Parts: sequence; C-alpha cells; structure tokens
Amino acid sequence: MDTLQRLSENMQKGNADQVARLTQQAIDEGCEPKTILDDALVGGMAVVGEKFKKHEIFLPHVLLAAKAMHAGMDLLKPLLVKDGIPTIGKVVTGTVQGDLHDIGKNLVGIMLKGAGFDVIDLGRDVSPEKFLDAAVSEKANVIGMSALLTTTMPVMKKVIALAHERNVRNQLKFIVGGAPMSKEYAQEIGADAYCYDAVSAVESVKRFMGAH
Amino acid sequence: MRPTVRFLSDQLIEQIIAEARQLLCKLGVEIHNDTVLALLGDHSARIDNSAQRAYFTPDIIDRSLQAAPDSFRLYNSLGNEAVDLSDMNVNFTPGSSAINILDHESQHSRRPTSKDYVKYTKLMASLEHIASQSTAMVPGDVHEMISDSYRLYLSLMFCEKPVVTGAFTIEAFEIMKELQLAVRGSEKELAERPLTMFSCCPTAPLKWSNVTSQNLIDCARYSIPVEYISMPLSGFMAPITLVGSLVQHTAETLSGLAISQLTNPGTPVLYGGSPAVFDVRYETTPMGDIGTMMMDCAYSEIGKHLGLPTQAYIGLSDAKLLDAQAGFETSMGATLAALSGINNVSGPGMLDFESCFSLEKLVLDNEICGMVKRMVGGIEPKEDFPSLPRFEELLREGHLLISEHTMKYLKEEVYLPGPTIDRANRSRWQEEGSRTLGERAAEQVETMVAQHQPVGLSDTVLSDLTSLMEAEARRHGMSRLPEIR
Ligand code: B12
Repeated sequence: MDTLQRLSENMQKGNADQVARLTQQAIDEGCEPKTILDDALVGGMAVVGEKFKKHEIFLPHVLLAAKAMHAGMDLLKPLLVKDGIPTIGKVVTGTVQGDLHDIGKNLVGIMLKGAGFDVIDLGRDVSPEKFLDAAVSEKANVIGMSALLTTTMPVMKKVIALAHERNVRNQLKFIVGGAPMSKEYAQEIGADAYCYDAVSAVESVKRFMGAH
Repeated sequence: MRPTVRFLSDQLIEQIIAEARQLLCKLGVEIHNDTVLALLGDHSARIDNSAQRAYFTPDIIDRSLQAAPDSFRLYNSLGNEAVDLSDMNVNFTPGSSAINILDHESQHSRRPTSKDYVKYTKLMASLEHIASQSTAMVPGDVHEMISDSYRLYLSLMFCEKPVVTGAFTIEAFEIMKELQLAVRGSEKELAERPLTMFSCCPTAPLKWSNVTSQNLIDCARYSIPVEYISMPLSGFMAPITLVGSLVQHTAETLSGLAISQLTNPGTPVLYGGSPAVFDVRYETTPMGDIGTMMMDCAYSEIGKHLGLPTQAYIGLSDAKLLDAQAGFETSMGATLAALSGINNVSGPGMLDFESCFSLEKLVLDNEICGMVKRMVGGIEPKEDFPSLPRFEELLREGHLLISEHTMKYLKEEVYLPGPTIDRANRSRWQEEGSRTLGERAAEQVETMVAQHQPVGLSDTVLSDLTSLMEAEARRHGMSRLPEIR
C-alpha cells in the first residue's frame, strides 16, 4: 500500500502519531506537499465527512480525524508556505453582537479547521466593525456569522451592509447559521449561504473556494 | 400513596453534591460581571479579577442553602394564589421563548406575530391543567429590543395566570419590573405575591454571562423568583456520563443560588435546568432523549435533597409536527416529571428543540398534564371498605351507574379528557368526520379562544400597562404597537 493511502486511512481513524510519521515519510519519499495535502489529508477528510453524514461514524470520530489531520498539517504548512502555495482558504467566525451562544459556532470552526481551512475565531458578542476589521486585516475569504436569538439575527444584515460600505463585499463570502436562521432569511440579508450544521458549512466553504 | 420514581440513591446524591462543592471551591466559576464578583468577594470568596473568576467557599454555599426558602407560591394578576411550589406538588407551564410557531393551516413553522401571541394567551386562560403561562413565543413584528418585555405585556393584558418569563438583555429587566409593579401597585405587594418568575441561565461549563448574572441580582433585589437553567450538554460541554453531567449541573446551579441569596437572603428560587444529551450524529440537543429526561429527574432529586423546590424543561418534543413522536416524547417526560415531583414543569406546547411552539400541541399537552396529575393523585380507598355492601348493591341493581358512591367519586376518580382525545367508538368517530388529532385540537383551540373573557384587572391598570409598553416601544423607535384587539 502506498504511503499516501496509508496516511489517509490513518487520518480517518484518528491516529495522530501515525499521521505525523507518514506525512514525514511521504515528504522524505519526495511527494509534493500540495499532493500530500490534497490527496491524503483533504481527500481523507472528505471521506470522513461522508461517513459522518451516513451515521457510519459520529461527531467524536470526526473531531479525532480532524485532530490527526493537524498533526500532518503542522509538518506541511512550512513547506507549502515555502512553495508559495496559498492556504486553501481563511474563514473569520463569530457570534454576532448581543448574542452569547457559541457552541454551534465553535463546532463549525472545529470542522472547518478539520477540513484544512484557517479559522480566525472572534468569539461571541462580535460587532460588525470587528468582523470586517478582522476579515480585511487577515485577508479572509469567508465570514461565518452565528446568531441563536431572534433579537440578534438582524446584526448580520448590518455586517453585510458594512462590507458594502467599505467596498469589500466582492472579495468576501458570507455564511450564516443558528437556530432562528433560514435559507430565506439568509437570502433576504444578502448572505451567500445558510448552513444548518457544521458539515454543510464545510461544504459551502469548499464550494466557494473551488470557485475562487 | 403518591407514586414516585427515584434515579439516585441518597449516597450518590451526597457524593455528587460533595464533588460539585469541590469544583466551586477549587476550580471556581467564571463570572463576567463585576458587581457579582464584588459581591462574592465581600463574602470572602477569592476573586481573580483578571480571569473574572470567583473561588467559592463552603461557607458561602452553606449560607445560601440555609437562606433559600424551601417553597413559595406564585399569584395571578388579581393576587390570588395560583401555583404552589412545595413538596412534591407538580405544576405545568408552557415551554418558553419559541423562535417559531407551527402554523396549523399550512403546517409550516414561521415567525410568530403579536396576533399569534394574543391567541396563545387567550387559550392559556382556558387550559385547566397548565397552572401558569409562560412567555412562550417571541413575536417577530416588534422591535427586537422590546421582544422580551412585549411578551410579558401581552400576557398580562389577556390572561390572569402568573407568568414564567425571562429577559434577553440587562436593560429589559427595568420595564419588565415596571409592568409588574403596575399590576401589583407596590414593591412590597410584588415581593409578597410574586407574579412572574425569571429563567436565568449559566453558561456551560461553570460560567455566568454579564446579562444572566445581572438578571439574577436584579430579580433578587425585588424578590422576583428565578429558576436557574443550567444546561450541561453531555459529551460535548459536559462529561458524557449522566453522573458527570449532574456534578456540573449541581455546581452551576449552586453558584447561581449563591448569587441570588447573597444579594437578598430568602429570595425565592427554583432549582431548575435544561440539560441535554448531545446527539453526536445530528449535532443537536434533544429534549426528547431518555437520558435528558433522566438527568432532569435526577437533578430534581438533588434539589429536593438540598431542600429546594425544583423546575425542569421536560415534557416537550423535538418533532417538527404534532405527530406520534411529539405525543410520546411529551407524555414520557410529563409522566416522569410528575413521578419525580418536579414542582414546575416547563414543556407543554413545545416542539423542535425548544424552538417551535404549537397551539394545537398545547391543547393536547393540557390533556397529558391532566392525566399525569390524576396519576400522582394515586390510588386511595374512598369508602371502599368494607366492600360487601357495594357489591350487594351491584348485584341488586344490576349496575352502579347511578349509585351514590359513583356520583360522589366519579369526577375525582376518573379523569375525563376534552374532545381532543378520541374516545368514541369507530362508527361514531367516522360519523363525526373521521377527524385526526390535529383537526380536533385545532377546533378546540378555536373554541377556547372564542370563549375568552377579559381579564379582571381594572381599566386603570390596563391603561397603565399600555402606556408603559408604548413608552418603551417609542424609546426603541417604534411609534406604535401592533394592533392586537
Ligand atoms: C445551549 C443554549 C444556551 C446556552 C448557550 C451556551 C453557549 N456557550 O453557547 C445558554 C444557557 C448560555 C443560553 C443562554 C440564553 N439563551 Co439559549 N439556548 C440554548 C439551546 C438550548 C441550544 C443551542 C445549542 O448550543 N445547540 C447546539 C449547537 C451545536 O447547535 P446550534 O447552535 O444550532 O449550531 C448549529 C447550527 O445552527 C449551525 N450554526 C450555528 N452557528 C453557525 C454559524 C455559521 C457561520 C454556520 C455556517 C453555521 C452555524 O451549525 C451548528 C452546528 O451544527 C437553544 C435551543 C435551540 N433550539 O437552539 C436555546 C435558545 C437559542 N436560547 C434562547 C434564549 C431565550 C436564551 C437566553 C436569552 C435565556 C435567558 N433569558 O437567559 C440566554 C441568552 C443570553 C444572550 N444574550 O445570548 C432561546 C432563543 C429564543 C429566541 N426567540 O430568540 C432558545 C431557542 C431556547 C428557548 N426556546 O428558550 N442558551
């Protein structure tokens, strides 16, 4: 069995030590860092995501796989940077101003990281200004906003309006989620996607980055 | 004998409490509120201001437990006793703060309007087995900054039952208090006859936000009862085991108790919660999960062991429609809650992880509540011994339908549900239109709402309430409130 396949399988099982070892082995064998990332790690996480959706594995297994992936990413990152290969995407996440619910948002962050994206988490109670300041300074591709209260969801609209005001709307995608949100509301406020859970959030960001 | 259920032995309860106390003293609690930190500091808790952390002491915990009353009552808007939160008494209140309403016509969930809310409170006035109302939905047609207080306003305008509620912000407490003072007349009256109860949530694990801990202090200052709603999510924001989650729940609840009792010793509180097992397949917090219900009953046992009245979010469902899942999850929860003697059971009417309310379900659940209340009435002899004379009568008369004994105990012994529950034989059921549960419940909703009578508050009080609410709406840029008549 070749190294990349073993790497992918070990990552799917959540064997972080093996993932680090096999990533190093693949590098030593002369594999392109970008190939290791795409074929073994990101590819493996896609399989994990599929299995999770079908209830073949559960959330803890997904997080274990994500953690294992990072053991490999840590070794690949410096090489990718050296090769001038951009990261696969950067997402700024936060729960909107006035809202303290962050469990769902955190889960989305973990899963995005697991899928290989860079995640800058701004925490809870995040003002529109803070969202945009961070997205611009971090050169993020996506802003992910969470709201669990009907009273705080209108803040999302303000964030998007501010992006227009600052002339950065075109370079950013907006994804939104949380119990009071819906596809219709997301459309109404001009967000790019509504995601009902963390897996669908990963899918959306992947779609955006593919199109980038 | 009152039937009861127990999940924990006394020994296990004491062990859980001991562990929780240790967490409070050794690990401390993160509190994002300087007033609360100072208050705890004044009572010798060690405070790490930079980490916003308070390390409790055994003395603080003991003193709070001693100060808290073992029971209290809620009074309706006319000042009459309505809810007795003591011993093993079981009272039901609707689930609260739904984001959506299940529209009976379309069978879709949508944002509730003021009109929906008014219909709900009018319905509540008629539901015999649900002792208090709650601010069950959040109307979407008013400014979001008044959407918590406005619910309380509508509830007071159309239904006399006491209100289980809560504020979404620190600022909202003021108007919500003023509305209550308008009804009661004075702070003293309000303290003596509590009209509302506020739900205040710690954040798992072991944290209090600025808003919810300030709500605790503000309520305590006016002796407005609160229920602590700790929500460990087993396996995610709490240990996967029910015992581990119970330790966390106990610690979080005791920390809330301390904040209330140090602010105002003796202020009424309920040992409550809304824990849930985390569903690792769907990333959800199921209220209809059996482990969720077991935790509710178990922490109620802990609360009672500590000498406090209890509350739980139980007797609700995660189904999206009024279907069999909605029925079984609700009944199972309500039954367990009643057997556990949970004093305030928050659940009726609620679907979809506490986010969707159904008026038709509320009517069905009222029947479930009626049945479980009958159940905890237990089986008691009622002029049954000696039995010989009664059987002689039966043999003599050929039936007992008009026996004096029957006439005397019919209502007490037999719980007769309303027309939502189908008890007709098949032919009659067919002749009457072969109607589904949903159709029967919807008709009952309309009938009950049509019977609604104006509340007994004086015109002066009603217009005071309206003036207060209008002023609050104007403060947030709404020139007038939605038409509700
Ligand atoms: C847990 C919880 C809390 C915890 C939050 C702890 C924390 N650290 O987050 C605590 C106890 C602190 C809390 C407090 C309050 N809560 Co609360 N809470 C809940 C509850 C039960 C579950 C939320 C949850 O964590 N679910 C599990 C996670 C995994 O799911 P999720 O959040 O939905 O996230 C998923 C998706 O939505 C999506 N998603 C979420 N965010 C994002 C973001 C992006 C970018 C993307 C792509 C996707 C995405 O993906 C996630 C993963 O699957 C909900 C009920 C409900 N139906 O949601 C009420 C609920 C949201 N709370 C409610 C209320 C009223 C409050 C309080 C105001 C109560 C009070 N008076 O104190 C306070 C709020 C204070 C404030 N200003 O924020 C109401 C809201 C009512 C309304 N109409 O707005 C609800 C609906 C319950 C109810 N009926 O009363 N709450």
